[in-house]
Amino acid sequence: MHQMIKWTAVGTIDDIPRQGARCVKAGDTKVAVFRTADDRIFALEDRCPHKNGPLSQGIVHAGRVTCPLHNWVISLETGRAEGADEGQTNSYPVKIEDQTIYVALGAI
Amino acid sequence: MQHSLQTPRERLVVVGNGMAGIRTLEDLLAKAPGRYDITVFGAEPHPNYNRIMLSPVLAGEKTFDQIVLNGLDWYEANGITLLTGDRVESIDRVQRTVTAMSGRAVAYDKLLIATGSNPFVIPVPGATLPGVVGFRDLADVDAMLEAAARGGRAVVIGGGLLGLEAANGLKVKGMDVTVVHLMDTLMERQLDRSAGTLLQRELERRGIAVLTGADTAEIVGDGRVTGVRLKDGQVLPADLVVMAVGIRPNLALGKAAGLACGRGIQVDDAMVTSDPAILAVGECVEHRGQTYGLVAPLFEMARVAADRLAGGTEAAYTGSVTSTKLKVTGVDVFSAGDFSGGKDCEDITFRDAARGVYKRVVLKGNRILGAVLYGDTRDGGWYFQMLKDGQDVAAIRDTLVFGQGYQGGGAASPGAALAALPDSAEICGCNGVCKGTIVTAITEKGLTSLDEVRAHTKASASCGSCTGQVEQLLALTLGDGYQAQTGPKPMCKCTDRTHDEARRAIAMLELKSIPDVMQALEWTTPDGCASCRPALNYYLMCAWPGEYKDDSRSRFVNERMHANIQKDGTYSVVPRMWGGLTTSAELRAIADVVDKFAIPTVKVTGGQRIDLFGVKKEDLPAVWADLNAAGMVSGHAYAKGLRTVKTCVGSEWCRFGTQDSTALGVKLERLTWGSWTPHKVKLAVSGCPRNCAEATIKDLGVVCVDSGYELHVGGNGGMHVRACDLLVKVDTEEEVLEYTGAFMQLYREEARYLERTAPWLERVGLAYLKQRLVDDPKGRTSLNARFLFSQSFSQDDPWAERASGATDRHEFSLLAEVG
Repeated sequence: MHQMIKWTAVGTIDDIPRQGARCVKAGDTKVAVFRTADDRIFALEDRCPHKNGPLSQGIVHAGRVTCPLHNWVISLETGRAEGADEGQTNSYPVKIEDQTIYVALGAI
Repeated sequence: MQHSLQTPRERLVVVGNGMAGIRTLEDLLAKAPGRYDITVFGAEPHPNYNRIMLSPVLAGEKTFDQIVLNGLDWYEANGITLLTGDRVESIDRVQRTVTAMSGRAVAYDKLLIATGSNPFVIPVPGATLPGVVGFRDLADVDAMLEAAARGGRAVVIGGGLLGLEAANGLKVKGMDVTVVHLMDTLMERQLDRSAGTLLQRELERRGIAVLTGADTAEIVGDGRVTGVRLKDGQVLPADLVVMAVGIRPNLALGKAAGLACGRGIQVDDAMVTSDPAILAVGECVEHRGQTYGLVAPLFEMARVAADRLAGGTEAAYTGSVTSTKLKVTGVDVFSAGDFSGGKDCEDITFRDAARGVYKRVVLKGNRILGAVLYGDTRDGGWYFQMLKDGQDVAAIRDTLVFGQGYQGGGAASPGAALAALPDSAEICGCNGVCKGTIVTAITEKGLTSLDEVRAHTKASASCGSCTGQVEQLLALTLGDGYQAQTGPKPMCKCTDRTHDEARRAIAMLELKSIPDVMQALEWTTPDGCASCRPALNYYLMCAWPGEYKDDSRSRFVNERMHANIQKDGTYSVVPRMWGGLTTSAELRAIADVVDKFAIPTVKVTGGQRIDLFGVKKEDLPAVWADLNAAGMVSGHAYAKGLRTVKTCVGSEWCRFGTQDSTALGVKLERLTWGSWTPHKVKLAVSGCPRNCAEATIKDLGVVCVDSGYELHVGGNGGMHVRACDLLVKVDTEEEVLEYTGAFMQLYREEARYLERTAPWLERVGLAYLKQRLVDDPKGRTSLNARFLFSQSFSQDDPWAERASGATDRHEFSLLAEVG
């Protein structure tokens, strides 16, 4: 059975600085949309699994973001903490069409 | 969508395709690629070549191809229009065009004159006869080679550097050569009488006849040169006469255009002529009454001119101290500085007649004033470095003349002298390449041959007289490379490089962006990590003030947002209160902001100011705008930079106060605010030894006393409490300010990122700080000057830039709101 995914357009690639992130507010949830140095786009809930730090404010490097509060390193692809730390934040599927970023906000 | 306007590029015309002009272009292209449309005129029909290497070409040791510096492909690759064999005849300064021999006219916005020099032709009868040549360009060398191929006799007029190199080359090519020199000893401008005489003996041993004190009266010949008649009546038969009595700046073009000229085209410290649109570099210029004919000063001028052309406003040429080496294979001669001796000068001389070695070091007040070396020139660079540094040599005076290898009592081994040189020691004088640069390049780029070192560092790539040393450095460095790696830790997991190595590479390889550093130092990750990126961003900003563009994506959140993130993701805001002073108006404005934005917590900080907690990110620009409106700026409470200057009330109010500590604190804060440093920096000023401002646990604390000011450094009141060390006591506020600027800069330049002053001081030692800041007034002044230069780019209020919406607007707003 094929399940329909609801894609939401949130902006264009150029709206987000390289190695940076901006947030989308979806109801009570804040989603951080990241753009890497090589223009890949990822979406994670803007909450570090450690102490809810705003991941959107961290330094983005090689497919990861380092949380600004206590330097946890979170994979942008999986939302999982790397290294010795354990935890995972919600991640959302992303697709790009004509520079427009679509996030599947309801996909969790 | 991009809306950038395509503005037409400025046009730069360079007259002169020689070493000075093209070096300027190389430096300019490195600094500001693509800024200009560049056209180069060259009178000679060749690409740019290494004029210093004409002697080896004449001697048959090199071919022309080997001395070409920039082939035609270089001009092409850099989009430069090269017009060779077309001499520029005139400049129209009103229309801003130059017109060449061929009639071709080219318009400029900026003009660079680098016409070099002409050989001086002594005004005697017969000076223009066929068979009389100068020694200046490839055509001269071709003429000499042609004459040499027919054999016969050559007379070289002039026993200076060029004349002797010409004489040697012609002798090697099989001619009978006589050198005619007006003065009593050869190379009298570079060598003293002893060394000059040794040199004369060596040349005579090689079969070159030398006549000193010989004045040319006439060049004789009927349609072609046949001889040289001296004033004493003697006639020297000659098939070829080389005039090498000196050079004269080629100022004809500049003079005709009405530029101010003396012996050369006059330029100021920015290498600008009397016409602001026209710069000049090289042998054609006169700077502060001096003209130069050696390559090192030309390259120094080129660097300044390039910086100015690139839009810089600070670079200045202040003249050069030069050293000389003779490029005659097997004759080692070195000289530097002033060795004429005289009042208050002392000589240390060493002679070994059997080995043909002569060394003389001239001292004045325990500092090296000049040096002449003959037969063994290995220590030339060492003496020259100490001469330029003005180093006190009292402690090593006993063994000074034996050379660097004999310092410290150790036995000399091959390469010991070189191994003992500091990294800052200059190896290649022409290109100003230090030992450290060469070693760094060898290790970091895996270089294994002389040619690779030349390609990467330019060391030994001009006159080549340091080739032996560069080869020895290769041997020394590669030999050590096999040893197990020990020493300081790498910066992070992205690299094997230490902080210090990365920093050195940034300076020496002139790396100017984070990707450049990562590329050059072979980072193992594509874009680093949260540990190395902020460090590199800082190092680059410190190394290239005004030039490097801060990478906000490599800043920790607080420095990017110019506020302190709190545990709930809100921010705290701390406006600056200069020296801890505030006013009713400021307090009122703060109170209004607190009410307007419903800021939950207001706290007085330990740094004598007010912290507003719980500000929402999207409110930050509006909060800042309101604070700005009341005259307040960012307190940088979030920065690896200057935080606060804490003060007590001092003599203005306090019955114990000895000086106006509050006003001095304000001055210090005005001096240092906005600076970025390896870690946070806190200052304090106490008005008396009761020390109410707790100045002795600050990074730099001033304790006022009746007779002046004590400066204490390296304190910390944080995790590991450390009381300051007393650096120095000074008499005036001006000194306090200069020492503070110098201390800040030394910390900025030498501490590792995230290293506070306390651990830094413990690592390098108080004695080192005293040596740099107290014992070396010149060094202190220049550190302070570098600090002030850097500050000229950093004292803009980051809040105002963001409150206006001009900067980083995206940081403060949502990408979208849905659902």
